[in-house]
Amino acid sequence: MSNPLTREQHLGLYYFMQLNRQLEERMVRLFRQNKIVGGLYSSLGQEAVSVGTCYALEEKDWIAPMIRNIGALLVKGVPPRDIFTQHMAKYTSPTLGKDGTSHFGDLKVRHIVSPISMLGDLIPVMTGVAMAGRYLGQNIVALTWIGDGGSSTGAFHEGLNLAAQQRAPFVLIVENNQWAYSTPVSRQVPIKNLADRAVAYGIRSWIVDGNDVVAVYNTAKEAVDECRAGRGPALIEVKTMRMRGHAQHDPAEYVPKQMFEYWKARDPIDLYEKYLTENKIWEAKTKSEIDARIARELDVEQKFAEESPMPPPELAEEGVYCEGCHAIEASWQRPKAEVTPPACSLEPGWEVKDYGAFLAGEATRKEIAAPAVNAPAGNAGGNGAKISKPIVKSGGKAPQQKPPLRPIEPEAPEVPRVPFGRGPKDKSVRESQNPRDRHANQNPRDKRGRR
Amino acid sequence: MAPITMIEGIRQAMFEEMDRDPAVVAIGEDIGVYGGAFKATEGLLAKFGRERVIETPISETAIIGAACGMGFLGLRPVAEMQFIDFIACCFNQVTNFVAKSHYLWGAPVPMVIRGPSGGGVHGGPFHSANPEMYFVHTPGLKVIYPSTPSDAKGLLKSAIRDNNPVLFFEHKFLYRRIKEEVPEGDHLVPIGKAMVRREGQDITILSYAAMAHTAMEAAEQLAKEGIEAEVIDLRTLLPLDRETILTSIKKTNKLLIVHEDTRTGGIAGEIAAIVCEGAFEDLDGPITRVTALDTPVPYAPTLEERFLPNTEKVVAAARELSKY
Repeated sequence: MSNPLTREQHLGLYYFMQLNRQLEERMVRLFRQNKIVGGLYSSLGQEAVSVGTCYALEEKDWIAPMIRNIGALLVKGVPPRDIFTQHMAKYTSPTLGKDGTSHFGDLKVRHIVSPISMLGDLIPVMTGVAMAGRYLGQNIVALTWIGDGGSSTGAFHEGLNLAAQQRAPFVLIVENNQWAYSTPVSRQVPIKNLADRAVAYGIRSWIVDGNDVVAVYNTAKEAVDECRAGRGPALIEVKTMRMRGHAQHDPAEYVPKQMFEYWKARDPIDLYEKYLTENKIWEAKTKSEIDARIARELDVEQKFAEESPMPPPELAEEGVYCEGCHAIEASWQRPKAEVTPPACSLEPGWEVKDYGAFLAGEATRKEIAAPAVNAPAGNAGGNGAKISKPIVKSGGKAPQQKPPLRPIEPEAPEVPRVPFGRGPKDKSVRESQNPRDRHANQNPRDKRGRR
Repeated sequence: MAPITMIEGIRQAMFEEMDRDPAVVAIGEDIGVYGGAFKATEGLLAKFGRERVIETPISETAIIGAACGMGFLGLRPVAEMQFIDFIACCFNQVTNFVAKSHYLWGAPVPMVIRGPSGGGVHGGPFHSANPEMYFVHTPGLKVIYPSTPSDAKGLLKSAIRDNNPVLFFEHKFLYRRIKEEVPEGDHLVPIGKAMVRREGQDITILSYAAMAHTAMEAAEQLAKEGIEAEVIDLRTLLPLDRETILTSIKKTNKLLIVHEDTRTGGIAGEIAAIVCEGAFEDLDGPITRVTALDTPVPYAPTLEERFLPNTEKVVAAARELSKY
């Protein structure tokens, strides 16, 4: 596809990815020196996702990062000192030491909603941000990220469904980094592409090579532009790889070595440097200049953080409630009269376009084929489902060869749950609990019984 | 002004606040065309339109999350739980995100979560709960539980104008059973202030919501026996009005706490601790409580009656306490 990025923007992408990486490398050293108070969650190998997606936003747009989306914070204008001080629990940090890591936000200037460890919860929150922005006439887009792991939460479903129902200007980046702590994607979800889930919400989706920053940016830009134009929410699955353990304490020995090797050869910054050189967007000198600038900046920021004090103990007691410390004022970009009676008044009632019955000619039922599955071979086949072809985005520079790694096979076919006191090897138990029979008895509930 | 019911007081608060400030929006299930399961939002949609009366799917987490996000942009959403029991579905959103935002990263969340609570109407175990103490235990929230139409209206208006997340419990037994004249004009009741409903010098009966009425009935009966009870309606559970509680104990020297919430972990325990810390030497008898049983709310009328406190149980407990 055409690439509308200017040279300056190209260099901007590099600057932020490299800043992201260098900042984190310094934090690893600080961690080893015992200067990081809590955990340290690396985004090594995922820089193109954070930077490429956030780069597609305008200043007025809102983000809610996950803990690893440090690159997005940097693109939004957060100074590296904020990330250093947060991790070091310093009084100069955005939360004054009340929370660590990337857990901080900025409502007024940069429009950042703080992450929360309970994944998925920010999807409904950002849906609300998008709805409020539209209500106030601000023409903003709200964007958040969710991992392959977090995509299994109930909040993911509730939030995305509400966003779709409201046609909210909301973009969800599903950052598939292959691992939810120690569990591979194939053991979390039975589908191959998490983007397939978008179909269930009636929203548009893309799949993109998450280690190709230009492809990530272009896809995000397209989604953001469409969102802003009022076409409802969008979902982008970004395929990438977490190149470290869940956090510093985790050596990630559960990841097959070949898998690391495969992805190391596809390092997003290496690939992008090659791209910039091949396309003559920069010279060697430019790179060294940017790298030197990053080192200079980080020296200053790190020094500031290391020399900052810890918070005074009495701060623990302060700030539970807003007692006049914040002025809450919405920024109206449309006339209030539009949402004030009588302009907003209406005749209540539902418009029901059809009566909801199943009508397909003479047929009384229709089989819907399942999308591509990720399940073990023994369980997956048999339904004749074809692998759907999603919109796959890639800048074309990434190595195209098939992954040389062995497939991550689940250890054994699913063993039926057995009554207490009877072993799974008991033949009669196995026969009486054929997995297919178990599913046949599950009746979907249309609605919750509320009376 | 003609007397109004509690549900009408709540409805009036919604209308008045939405009229006053276009930043106030309503969000919830069936709150528009249908007017809400108890009609607390009836007429809102016709007047304020779909942008301000947002009907959602059955998604409590999405309702609270979205309301929180709206609050970040300066709106003041009022989210309805169709029955407050369903707040359990969004417990994480309320307690981990909404409640902690201001303390952790200085983000106030100006929103109200309101909904029908309480038993006595044979709603069964999933439509009768009093889950207020989960939230009284959560720093960052405010918890209101009024007992009269006038307080319901005035406190809801104050809650909508508050910069903090406020949980507003509406006892459904009281929705249409009591009527009261409500002051004209912009009637506001301050959050965090208890109300002495009846003065007395022999014993203090502390209560809130439907049980405040039970306490009043008990006090009338006790008066016939020569026991003058002071009845305090807490109105706000978080923050608690310690001053009013301690002042009364110093006068009557005896404390009976009545609540419809279950016994273990109910607010009676917390109040007992506050009184021991602040007025131990003023006590002439054991702090006594009359509460619901430590069980789910059962359905059959005979069972629910056994479960709930009532006037007789309060009178009996007060009589015992008076012997000291």
